[in-house]
Amino acid sequence: MIDFSVNGKPYQGEAGMTVADLLKQLDLKHQRIAVEVNEDVLSKTVFGTTILEEGDQVEVVSFVGGG
Amino acid sequence: MKLSLLLAEVEVHLAEEPLKIGKYSFDSRLFLGTGKYKTNEEMVACLEASGTQLVTVAVRRVDLNDKSDASFLNHIDLSKYKILPNTAGCYTAKDALRTARLAREALDCDLIKLEVLSDEKTLLPEPIHTLEAAEILVKEGFTVMVYTSDDPIMARRLADLGVASVMPAGSPIGSGQGVLNPNNMRIILETIDVPVIVDAGVGTASDAALAMELGVDGVLLNSAVAQAKDPVAMAIAMKQGVTAGRFAAFAGRIPKKLYANASSPMEGLMAPSPRSS
Repeated sequence: MIDFSVNGKPYQGEAGMTVADLLKQLDLKHQRIAVEVNEDVLSKTVFGTTILEEGDQVEVVSFVGGG
Repeated sequence: MKLSLLLAEVEVHLAEEPLKIGKYSFDSRLFLGTGKYKTNEEMVACLEASGTQLVTVAVRRVDLNDKSDASFLNHIDLSKYKILPNTAGCYTAKDALRTARLAREALDCDLIKLEVLSDEKTLLPEPIHTLEAAEILVKEGFTVMVYTSDDPIMARRLADLGVASVMPAGSPIGSGQGVLNPNNMRIILETIDVPVIVDAGVGTASDAALAMELGVDGVLLNSAVAQAKDPVAMAIAMKQGVTAGRFAAFAGRIPKKLYANASSPMEGLMAPSPRSS
């Protein structure tokens, strides 16, 4: 198992898991999200090939009302 | 000329002049925020009533415990409204850049409202970080609409960087004070060629009308509608205010004078004025 963080909270995942695996595990229903790993935005096209590593800081964002 | 022809000519002239921001084009000059509404239903009703075609949204962390189909954007008809994600809540160029890149990735759209704030009390823009972020976002191909103060020099610097629109605050965000320094707006309008949108400070329909009368290209507002006693009625008022101001700017107002100028003729009066000289 590896430890990393998702949206500032500690998260434990299987070694070798990809961003796509994580999103599936999180079971989010949001349609339009974006993901950042260690402050780098990921293209949707590499979700399935980006392997998460120990200590990674993952951010999953979407949209809310704002001005 | 027949009256109907005159009317048609003015309306066609104004209608045929859509607002162009970068590669995007808008018939409505009113842009609306989507924050602070009591319910999403009320927000949707206000968007509809306002006639807007561009609405702002904010980028935030997804609530990982929320398993409902909670996408905020599900409430907004994306075939009707273009989405303008903002970088609200960012206090550094770095965070604004991260937010802008995330928004572009999530929406597949390069529109961004760049907003780098200086502190929570004033919510005034941080000028150095705003310039720094604007320069990078323009280079990365974003269509940058940038929130700034009403400083004409700052507006010029931003326009020189190649932003698509400069959006000076009329007064502080959410303050409802209207356009506090019309002269700065006039100077900005004379100085730069990109569309000028009054962003922030509009409190009621007359504020929006006054801004448009100054000659600005559009108005972006949120609180004035969302927090009005009757938001839908205010959305309608804002739509009409923006239209009224735009038509008035086109029409050209009469100059202000110190003394009266009678509308009825002086000739043919039955009794002369007792004080006529």
